[in-house]
Amino acid sequence: MNALSSLSRAMLLGFLRDKASVFFTILFPLMFLLLFGVLLQDPGVSKSDVVQIGAVPIVDQMPADARARIGEVAALTKSTDREDALAKVRTGDIDAVVEQTGDTVVLHYSAADQVRAGSVRGVFDSLIMSANTADRPPKYSLDSRQVEDASLKPIQYLTPGLLGWAVAMGATFGAAMTLVTWRQKKILRRLRLSPAPTGAVVAARVGVSVGLALVQTAIFIGVAMTPYFGLTLSPFWWMSIPLVIAGTLAFLSVGLLAGGVAKTAEGASGIANLVVLPMAFLSGAFFPMEGAPSWLQAVSQVMPLRYLNEGMIDVMVRGQGPSAVLMEMGVLLGFTAVVSIIVVKVFRWDDV
Amino acid sequence: MGQTIVVRDLRKRYGDVQAVNGVTFEVEEGEFFGILGPNGAGKTTTLEIIEGLRQADSGTVEIFGQSPWPRNPKLLPRIGVQLQASAFFERLTAREQIRTFASLYGTAQAEADEMLEVVGLADKAATPAEKLSGGQAQRLSIACALVHGPDLVFLDEPTAALDPQARRNLWDLLRDINKQGRTVVLTTHYMDEAESLCDRVAIMDRGEILQSGAPATLVRGLDSMTHISIESGLLSLTEAKALAGPGDDVTDDGVSLQFSTPSPAPLLAALAERRALGGLRVRGATLEDVFLHLTGREYRA
Repeated sequence: MNALSSLSRAMLLGFLRDKASVFFTILFPLMFLLLFGVLLQDPGVSKSDVVQIGAVPIVDQMPADARARIGEVAALTKSTDREDALAKVRTGDIDAVVEQTGDTVVLHYSAADQVRAGSVRGVFDSLIMSANTADRPPKYSLDSRQVEDASLKPIQYLTPGLLGWAVAMGATFGAAMTLVTWRQKKILRRLRLSPAPTGAVVAARVGVSVGLALVQTAIFIGVAMTPYFGLTLSPFWWMSIPLVIAGTLAFLSVGLLAGGVAKTAEGASGIANLVVLPMAFLSGAFFPMEGAPSWLQAVSQVMPLRYLNEGMIDVMVRGQGPSAVLMEMGVLLGFTAVVSIIVVKVFRWDDV
Repeated sequence: MGQTIVVRDLRKRYGDVQAVNGVTFEVEEGEFFGILGPNGAGKTTTLEIIEGLRQADSGTVEIFGQSPWPRNPKLLPRIGVQLQASAFFERLTAREQIRTFASLYGTAQAEADEMLEVVGLADKAATPAEKLSGGQAQRLSIACALVHGPDLVFLDEPTAALDPQARRNLWDLLRDINKQGRTVVLTTHYMDEAESLCDRVAIMDRGEILQSGAPATLVRGLDSMTHISIESGLLSLTEAKALAGPGDDVTDDGVSLQFSTPSPAPLLAALAERRALGGLRVRGATLEDVFLHLTGREYRA
């Protein structure tokens, strides 16, 4: 065995034999997936953006009080470009598209956000019901169409978000803990006194973390795809693999920074928690960010986890092509590069 | 024989503290060399500079004719360093530890297993390092330092916190290492250890080497008293004082009658003549006396 493989093996065994690490890295996020998947609750939503294509008489001719009621939950805008509007629903930029052919009102929505889709559907349901009470038999009918595959369930958007959080946590804690405990136990010093190249130590950590992240991904997708949860992957789901790798690198650098600054394992774990947990909430890993105040959304734009989550939802659920997540991957890798430079500055072989 | 280590006028300052202040010494090939000194004497810093972990402010170090700073990958395979007992990968067994260290040097796994045998840990191969006793952990630590067959071995307080059996056991191992022709540099707090193992010692304090030489030479150079004690009751205190020389000190605490004398030979002859040698103990100066003479007796944390 060479230095790289034996160090990777030592790191992996050290991880696998620590039951607490295995639990918090792999099982703990999985518990959240099960919990949220089973008990999905309405988090309360802000106004939905609905785009109207062409003439929709039932909307155009609705009475003022009905218009006001709709105005409370949805912001209506008009557009003539049907394809563009539908694409925006798919990417989550707008929440629904409404059009009317004859007496049928067609509502296009995305299953990536069930809650919002439900509230928009509710609005149009009641609108059509009130329009129908005048004439009988019912004149108008509502045809709601999901822009994605019709079989989507909440697990579809929970899986990418929670997986992103799990990957971020695993990479951050793995790197921070290795760095601090190896420094405290003088293993780093011992390695520096051996002819093994410094790069082998870093490469071993990167390799082990990326490997674990991919195992996490496989377990998450595997559990989510069981019939009970019923996850169906979009055709470009495999793009989540390079995304997970880029995300792992980004959070490895965060972990190395935490481990470089902290003196003890407790300190490193504290810093890692302080970074990852609020970031998970602010990046939409647990719930959508659309309902948050705009300043909070601006904050979330600087969080690397936000880009990992967006990218994961794009390729795993929204069915977008590989090129759609290049920007997200670029942000993650750029973040990695910047943090790595700081890591090199604060790195210490020894406590003193 | 060639010089394995040549240190010339080494200096290192941390803030206000001059940790190493002009240290010069040489270690010959195959020598067992000890560095003694109280805590904070600068032993560790000196060793770290020699090992190539730190850069000296001034002065030169040569190991096998090469500078250890900056990190010199050509030199590292020829050096073995034993750090404190806990420098192990977490949750790996003894065999996994030593095999991991072996692979860092490109040493075969079979040689690693053999080294485990040499230090008497073959039956503990499957035990996690955390579960080894103090002595076993030290032996594993030394085995990990030796696994790649280095010519020069640094041992940092290898017997600290060991029970007497484990210490003697480890001394035998260290002597064997030295007999195989390896140069050994040892730091220790235990004067008996240095006296028993080292060919030569250097006594350090406040960043300087106060004295160096073979332990016996240093002890002989110390002009000190010999302490002779026999059972109480064999001689009365008056008789004892009559036997003792003019500069001698005589005390009787009811258990032992003790003489402190600069010239023990005539006193011993006189005691033998009177058949008053029951419970005889003669204690000459030790390296510890040399050490305390040089470094003073005041308490230091």
